[in-house]
Amino acid sequence: MDFSQFSHIFWSVPTNEVPAADWWIDVLRAFVRILVPVFFVLLLVPPLVWFERRLLGFMQQRQGPNRVGPEGIVQTIADGVKLLMKEDIIPSNVDRTLYVLAPIIMLIPALVTAGVLPWHPSLVWGAGAPNVDIGVLYLLAWSSLAVYGVVMAGWASNNKYALLGGLRSSAQMISYELGMGIAVVTVVLISGALSVRDIVFDQSAYGWIKDAAHTTAHHAAYTWGIVHKPWLGFLNPWHVAQFFPMGFVAAFIYVVAMLAETNRSPFDLPEAETELVAGYHTEYTSMKFAMFFMGEYANMVVVSAIAATLFFGGWTTPIAQLDQWDNTAVGWIIPAAMISAKIGLGLYFFVWIRATLPRIRYDMLMSFGWKGIFPIALGNLFCVAVSLTAGYWAGLAVWIVLAVGALLIVANLDSTKRFTEKTRRRSVLGLYASAQPFQMPLVKTSNGAPPVDGRTAAEELVK
Amino acid sequence: MVTVAPTPGDYLPLLILILMGAFIAVLLVALSWILGPKQPSVEKLSPYECGVTPVGTARDRFPIKFYLIAMLFILFDIETVFLYPWAILYRNNAYLSRGFLLGEMTVFIAILFVGYIYIWKKGALDWE
Amino acid sequence: MGTQILFAILAAVAVVCGIGVVVSASPVRSALNLVLVLCSVALLYLTLNASFVAAIQIIVYAGAIMVLFLFVVMILNLGSPEPLVNKLKPQTPLAVVAGLVLIGVIASVVASIPPQASGRLLPEATTGALTIGLSLFSPAWVFPFEAVSVLLLVATVGAVVLATRRAL
Repeated sequence: MDFSQFSHIFWSVPTNEVPAADWWIDVLRAFVRILVPVFFVLLLVPPLVWFERRLLGFMQQRQGPNRVGPEGIVQTIADGVKLLMKEDIIPSNVDRTLYVLAPIIMLIPALVTAGVLPWHPSLVWGAGAPNVDIGVLYLLAWSSLAVYGVVMAGWASNNKYALLGGLRSSAQMISYELGMGIAVVTVVLISGALSVRDIVFDQSAYGWIKDAAHTTAHHAAYTWGIVHKPWLGFLNPWHVAQFFPMGFVAAFIYVVAMLAETNRSPFDLPEAETELVAGYHTEYTSMKFAMFFMGEYANMVVVSAIAATLFFGGWTTPIAQLDQWDNTAVGWIIPAAMISAKIGLGLYFFVWIRATLPRIRYDMLMSFGWKGIFPIALGNLFCVAVSLTAGYWAGLAVWIVLAVGALLIVANLDSTKRFTEKTRRRSVLGLYASAQPFQMPLVKTSNGAPPVDGRTAAEELVK
Repeated sequence: MVTVAPTPGDYLPLLILILMGAFIAVLLVALSWILGPKQPSVEKLSPYECGVTPVGTARDRFPIKFYLIAMLFILFDIETVFLYPWAILYRNNAYLSRGFLLGEMTVFIAILFVGYIYIWKKGALDWE
Repeated sequence: MGTQILFAILAAVAVVCGIGVVVSASPVRSALNLVLVLCSVALLYLTLNASFVAAIQIIVYAGAIMVLFLFVVMILNLGSPEPLVNKLKPQTPLAVVAGLVLIGVIASVVASIPPQASGRLLPEATTGALTIGLSLFSPAWVFPFEAVSVLLLVATVGAVVLATRRAL
């Protein structure tokens, strides 16, 4: 083979070139393309674990790992090598096949979802599979398959804690998948595209243009919308800022759902160590345990990347006029740097939330998913649809009406009333009473004698 | 910018990606199986229940609540699936009016929302 | 050629896993085999250019319905590793006959398809989300579409009534 041709295939990367005619060049390109996301996700996991531990240490005024290597950055590698050399225990009475398969199934979705997320607009190199027309559905399909790793690990382990953890986790994941799916539909509605590549283009200053010739060749009954965004001034074209409260609410719902999908704090119920030891991976040792760990952190990277792509502009810059993706060094560095920075901010957010919020109770978690996230996402989607038909102000009016109505309903719910009027008072005063180091003065009855049952003033208040 | 019509060949990278992901995952499991020592004992292989001898069976029955959540998830997931082609159509067609599409979907969602209010009132979403 | 090889591989996976569904001793394994069957069928849709249908197949069947199946298997405590006792012995010959009849029907249908029509890629415009939406939401199909939501409503009520019967 002629080397010049070889180097041409690898390094000459015209932005708008369609895939080559020779099938083996396609295969070669496909390999090179998918190596980028796979290694990005895999190689980011060890520094991410270190980053999380150091950042948590900083936020909690302690050191975190700082011994192995400069600032402790090699700590995770050392842990990984240690885990790799540990004994691989398969406990008695487990379902051996499923037990071994579970960590593998856990890791695969995290690795393969990264394939459709673009880091550059190029059709040839910009993503693992840049021209997949069902992009967001591909992402949702894999996230719906991620449940199986958890269920299999929990069931195969022959351990009560593992089974409970697995069930809790799967119920939680499917509950939040609903809100997540509707938040993604909102993005599809705003951008009018299923392909992730087109969704990112929709957030650039130029919008996305479907090829007109391609349209007429197919179906005469419809035309693709030809969207060409006018000059937007200071307004940001990212979906998070579209139709102001609605894009933001959709992004918020996606972010909450992504915390729940990755089983991260404050939704880390499946691994609540005070209740369930370690949840579904209680029985796992050695590298299999490490793979659950890797799966979780790789998933964090991927869902941050999805959030960045769907809501925060993907590889575009915050100021649309700075966008550059011509075939120069700058044109390649800017998009890659932007998407990396956004993923980094997403990961920081994960750690920040973990350091800030306490773990919530399981019943609260499920009601929040079904009674909070789901109806809010649906109403929000309706408002976006109205905005697209009747204009932004009509949509905003509907949004405000729905929000006020929902607030009124929630404020009048029996459970809310009970909570605000009785439970809260009782719990606060009860805590206050029990925390007193000395006996409270007894309640005086009408004749000045203490009551028979000896209630204290605080208890009388509670009553 | 020219968007090219997708072909099955565009899914080739995904196939390679899935195979590569599976390969990496299997490799990691195999490596630790090869590298680690093997000294099993009866105590080591027993299920972990905080150091106490395991009591009863691990595969016990569990609340019907989980069944209910999975069932309701299917129903509302199907609703979400209808939303995808609807959202695409809403933005990209000159054939059906948006008002008609919006009304159609609003009726669809409203009927389902009756069911949603029913399950809320019935307490099926409460988790004791 | 490549498509045919892919078809052969995927069809083989589907058939092997389908047999696995039937012969697995543990119901949990049967269910997981069924997940594999559904996934390989989704990949078959993908080779026919029907990517939207493939994604929906995975999201709805593998991602939602099979999770319910797994939960039900576990709720009924059928998940124990001991093999099930076959209580329906007399059905076995009947099942064989019924299976053979089914194979015959499918074979006659397959044989009636002209060879040039089989395994043909559908044009992208007939399988994309837009075209599916265009027929699904057109005025001609309004009533069936709204009827679907009534069906889902009935299913919702049914699920709640079944699961909370004691509370009624």
